[in-house]
Amino acid sequence: MKVLIPVKRVVDYNVKIRIKSDKSGIELNNVKMSMNPFDEIAVEEAVRLKEKGIVSEIVVVSIGPDKAQDVIRTAMAVGADRGILVKTDVPTDLGGVEPLAVAKTLKAIIDKERPGLVIMGKQSIDDDSNQTGQMLAAIMGWPQATFASEIVIDSESSAHVTREIDGGLETLQISLPAVMTVDLRLNEPRYAALPNIMKAKQKPMETFSAEDLGVDYSPRLKLVSLEEPPVRSAGIKVESVDALIDKLKNEAKVI
Amino acid sequence: MAILVISEHSADQIKSSTLNCVTAALKLSGDVDLLVAGNSLSGIAQQASQISGVSKVIALDSPSLIHQLPEVLAPLIASLAKNYTHVLAPATNFGKNLLPRVAGLLDVQQISDVIEIVSEDTFKRPVYAGNAIAIVTSSDAIKLMTIRATSFDPAQVSGGTSSVEQGDISSVQEFAGTKFVKEELTKSERPELPAAKIVVSGGRGVGSGENFSIIYGLADKLGAAVGASRAAVDAGYVSNDYQVGQTGKIVAPQLYIAVGISGAIQHLAGMKDSKVIVAINKDPDAPIFQVADYGLVADLFEAVPELTEKL
Ligand SMILES: Cc1cc2nc3c(=O)[nH]c(=O)nc-3n(C[C@H](O)[C@H](O)[C@H](O)COP(=O)(O)OP(=O)(O)OC[C@H]3O[C@@H](n4cnc5c(N)ncnc54)[C@H](O)[C@@H]3O)c2cc1C
Ligand SMILES: Nc1ncnc2c1ncn2[C@@H]1O[C@H](COP(=O)(O)O)[C@@H](O)[C@H]1O
Repeated sequence: MKVLIPVKRVVDYNVKIRIKSDKSGIELNNVKMSMNPFDEIAVEEAVRLKEKGIVSEIVVVSIGPDKAQDVIRTAMAVGADRGILVKTDVPTDLGGVEPLAVAKTLKAIIDKERPGLVIMGKQSIDDDSNQTGQMLAAIMGWPQATFASEIVIDSESSAHVTREIDGGLETLQISLPAVMTVDLRLNEPRYAALPNIMKAKQKPMETFSAEDLGVDYSPRLKLVSLEEPPVRSAGIKVESVDALIDKLKNEAKVI
Repeated sequence: MAILVISEHSADQIKSSTLNCVTAALKLSGDVDLLVAGNSLSGIAQQASQISGVSKVIALDSPSLIHQLPEVLAPLIASLAKNYTHVLAPATNFGKNLLPRVAGLLDVQQISDVIEIVSEDTFKRPVYAGNAIAIVTSSDAIKLMTIRATSFDPAQVSGGTSSVEQGDISSVQEFAGTKFVKEELTKSERPELPAAKIVVSGGRGVGSGENFSIIYGLADKLGAAVGASRAAVDAGYVSNDYQVGQTGKIVAPQLYIAVGISGAIQHLAGMKDSKVIVAINKDPDAPIFQVADYGLVADLFEAVPELTEKL
């Protein structure tokens, strides 16, 4: 089975972002960029399925600037076979191309590639949208299994997925092809070994534009402005449990 | 014009997230209709009709909707949506799973996790784990948005007298590709995390699932809900639905007590709107102290039992 893994290049999760002084966006100069952490989990899952002999080919796709090739190469270094870059100059600091347009782009790629399964992140950590997988499933008319914490592929045409829901866990049986989005507990991604990073440079990569795929990237949402969130100033340190109880009772009056 | 709110409910109870959504909807202009979908809904529809501010309850009642699978429900909502200017759902795993599928069918760019309604087409939402707030204007004809519960007060559960209309389910179709197999829900007598007045959360510092008993002890003394950091959930101390943070649950109680939690950005994203934050951590430099109103530098295994005892 061929799997398609969309991977996004985002500001590294350890970076404390800064809003530009004109409030028009986020400062990206000299900021460390990485693969969206959930997408690393999706790639890892695909690699494990390939190691088990269930998956035959892993194709990764990223929609973004030239630099998005970096995350495609990162995925190749841990085992993806082939890359597709959908190149665009849409600015990336506020999440880049909108989820709906990403979903339409992925549909165009799916129509070409005919994968048996799409595994993707549940959420990008820049725009925090948590939409693309569900939208893609909708426009393909496919089953969706979001927030997956366990994936069992039964056959070319069926899988069992355990999902994280508000009150616990849910298990679905879905037919393939389908879209799965992954949660943090699915697996722990491996690091790429140096020789594999070198080898990844030789793996094939195709490039398309939005026009090639017939997708419109004009945004539906327009940014009016960015605001700093309310800042919480540090309070005080208390010396003892007794002092803490006193503060909570008599100053904060919350107990 | 009117606004449609998609209710989140269990088999027998409307969830509090629905009430916050109704309040958000009332900030827009137009009647607020509440959609309840499921199987054998009369009890739920009855509860829904008493929520203050709701004009009309629309019940989609069908055995095919028993698990509220998005594959089955989204097409029904998409066809109803054409009568509305806005469609709102809670930004819980339920709403996050469902509403983008409706958006995909309607060709609408959804607005996730709305924390403020600025006008009919302009909304505030957090990005980058809440480290920036984006004010965005939508150009879509129908606005689809998920609502962050902690940013809107709950609507009153009584006082409403709306009519209940049976929605059209003639087009409901089983979706052959998706079958519900089972559900394992965490059973707890404690309050629900997102709506609790007090939350006690434990992190990696708690050390094990057994040790979490001291967190439960303190929570029970305070009538609090129990939360956790990702590290505590990943380590298997508690189940996944306890996770507070950017990619877990968002809480904003009167009092949040963080025990053995370092205070990573992703954790702060889920609790920094709490009214009063207490941190108990043995490392005086832990980042959690930068947001805590009251910090206690102590070994949690001594401080927490002492606190429970003395309260
Ligand atoms: C994509 C992504 C999403 C994420 N989403 C979330 C999320 O939603 N929620 C979340 O919480 N995290 C999330 N994280 C993880 C986050 O980055 C941190 O790794 C996590 O919050 C750390 O948990 P912790 O504070 O319990 O553990 P640690 O950082 O290990 O901290 C443990 C703390 O316990 C203290 N301690 C140890 N022993 C004692 C003792 N005996 N007494 C007192 N104190 C003690 C230590 O001093 C330390 O400060 C996410 C990460 C990524 C990459
Ligand atoms: N520009 C992009 N390129 C590739 N994949 C993307 C892109 N944007 C979103 N995705 C995928 O969609 C998932 C969910 O993103 P979002 O809906 O933006 O939260 C991500 O984890 C990625 O797998």
